[in-house]
Amino acid sequence: MKTIGFSKKFVLALVAALGLTVGAQASEGGHPWDKAPNRTNDMAALQNGAKLFVNYCLNCHSAAFMRFNRLQDIGLTNQQIKDNLLVTNGKVGDTMKAAIDPKQAGEWFGANPPDLSVIARSRAGAQGSGADYLYTYMRTFYRDETKPTGWNNLAFPNIGMPHVLWELQGDRRPVFESVTEHGHTTQVVKKWEQLSPGTMSPEQYDQAVGDLVSYLQWMGEPVQNARVRIGVWVLIFLGIFTFLAWRLNAAYWKDVK
Amino acid sequence: MAEFHEISPNASATEKLVNWVDNRFPMTKLFKEHMSEYYAPKNFNFWYIFGSLSLLVLVIQIVTGIFLTMNYKPDAALAFGSVEYIMRDVPWGWLIRYMHSTGASAFFIVVYLHMFRGLMYGSYRKPRELIWIFGCAIFLALMAEAFMGYLLPWGQMSYWGAQVIVNLFSAIPFIGPDLALLIRGDYVVGDATLNRFFSFHVIAVPLVLLGLVVAHIIALHEVGSNNPDGVEIKATRGADGRPLDGIPFHPYYSVHDVFGVGIFLFVFSAIVFFAPELGGYFLEYNNFIPADPLKTPLHIAPVWYFTPFYSMLRAVTSEMMYVLIACVLLGAGLGVVKFKMPTIFKAAIVGFAVVVVAMMLAIDAKFWGVVAMGGGVVILFFLPWLDFSPVKSIRYRPSWHKYLYAVFVLDFLVLGYLGMLPPSAIGGRVSQLGTLFYFGFFLLMPWWSRLGEPKPVPSRVTFVAH
Repeated sequence: MKTIGFSKKFVLALVAALGLTVGAQASEGGHPWDKAPNRTNDMAALQNGAKLFVNYCLNCHSAAFMRFNRLQDIGLTNQQIKDNLLVTNGKVGDTMKAAIDPKQAGEWFGANPPDLSVIARSRAGAQGSGADYLYTYMRTFYRDETKPTGWNNLAFPNIGMPHVLWELQGDRRPVFESVTEHGHTTQVVKKWEQLSPGTMSPEQYDQAVGDLVSYLQWMGEPVQNARVRIGVWVLIFLGIFTFLAWRLNAAYWKDVK
Repeated sequence: MAEFHEISPNASATEKLVNWVDNRFPMTKLFKEHMSEYYAPKNFNFWYIFGSLSLLVLVIQIVTGIFLTMNYKPDAALAFGSVEYIMRDVPWGWLIRYMHSTGASAFFIVVYLHMFRGLMYGSYRKPRELIWIFGCAIFLALMAEAFMGYLLPWGQMSYWGAQVIVNLFSAIPFIGPDLALLIRGDYVVGDATLNRFFSFHVIAVPLVLLGLVVAHIIALHEVGSNNPDGVEIKATRGADGRPLDGIPFHPYYSVHDVFGVGIFLFVFSAIVFFAPELGGYFLEYNNFIPADPLKTPLHIAPVWYFTPFYSMLRAVTSEMMYVLIACVLLGAGLGVVKFKMPTIFKAAIVGFAVVVVAMMLAIDAKFWGVVAMGGGVVILFFLPWLDFSPVKSIRYRPSWHKYLYAVFVLDFLVLGYLGMLPPSAIGGRVSQLGTLFYFGFFLLMPWWSRLGEPKPVPSRVTFVAH
């Protein structure tokens, strides 16, 4: 019994570890990424995203560089943060730590669930932004009984993580179609088959994931929108400065014959 | 030594203060020598802004670097987090960090353009050889500075880029493995490496860099600036002994440079505030994943400014070695047949070529790749003694020289582009050709630069009043 347990765990870990490497490769040329909505300026969407993040992601993943009280930037008060988002008796100035022990997580899933502070920045690539990847990834989980967790993912094939939002989305399965283009036959998703309904309609689910991904994008760089606003003023100032410098230069140089 | 100068008791307080200082430190003298009475040619064009912009970027890097150092932790366990701490919790930390990361790329852009200007107008030729050599040394120091600085954020690209480059040193015969160990301070890139790179990045290399910049400017002000016509303005002086085509650096070029600084800062700020990652070129996406010694990224690419030289490294394969051996033999053969010299010299050339070929056959191609990468930079130092053209400036060279320079620029850009991509069969062939062209351009310069009929060089600079 003990040996079986060990070997099963070992195989599970091996599969998950393999999945991570294969997944990284597949992210280059695999399933195309959908365009994520950008709601980093939409406070209601960000607050909903933050709620989903704390309820679903923070159980296993950390966001170790993100402090809870930074959520004031998306319109929450310290009291609201304390009442609704702090699960344990932590302080609002704490960083977002995972509920489970990372070591245990490593044993369960074969790899430590990565920290999500800057996940949206790190996942960008030739196919789109990091938000595009995450938006596609969170919407392409499917039932696959051949996998240890019972779940697989189109954007991240052979993933070690189960579909944590499955209650919201329900069970789904992609229906593939062979497409021949330039002499290469590839499997393309034709449509999705809903095996059992979730608590949300597909449209509601896409909206929720859009909010979550916008939150992740915002959390990757909380200053991003302030940066752009300041940048406009900086460029206006430099435009005026450069104009004056240009005229000053011309005033001096008119003497040079 | 200057005489002690008494000033009238009726002079203003400012005059008295200046006089007090001047009797103890050559303040006014230095200002005159380097600013208000430093005569620069009046025909500088767009290309002459990049020298002062390099100085500006150096100042930006030093000042932002000082503030980053206050909050950064050179510790493998803390480094990545401390950068995010700067980005999130340090007031204006994000701005300081983005200015520093954008400044690194901006530094290379302005320095590459500055070097290309020198190449075009023959600014490295007599009597400006030392200015050029100091400049090349600055470029080399800058590469070291950028390479070591890139390790500090401790992301995946930081880590694996350093791992790949330091491993290159282990390809050097005999001393290589020990040398790589000495650089890393460990068997893999680790905490010890991070600490020593931090030390080099914040103090050792900047000190060298500052010293070289001072030497570069002193040498420049000793001989005076070249100009787009390659005409020596000191050859034509007025009755007062001042060059007729020269104008005081201050105020003419100081206001000129302030205008250039305005345009530069506009572009620089646009990147800092609106696209600090610049599509993954200035901040690589993978570098937002903390360094993991157990997970090698699929594609390790250096930052864009190193990629032309990285292409040269990758171009030298064992196959390419045969081409290079043929080049050595051909060069030695031509030397023996074409030139009249005592037999003993010819024997020496043949002997040398045989030794080089033997080494090329005996030592792994990887080592010669490292030689090519380093040689791509080192060869620049020799430029003043490779160019035998009767005229300095591209303006008065035979027209086909311009096309050759254009191909050279294109070659450098293509090598840079290919260096960013994962290796491929076609890319490999193109970078091999590109590498041969790059070295051919310099090594054959003593011959091709003499060819063709130069255009007549005017005795005075060409200038159209603004």
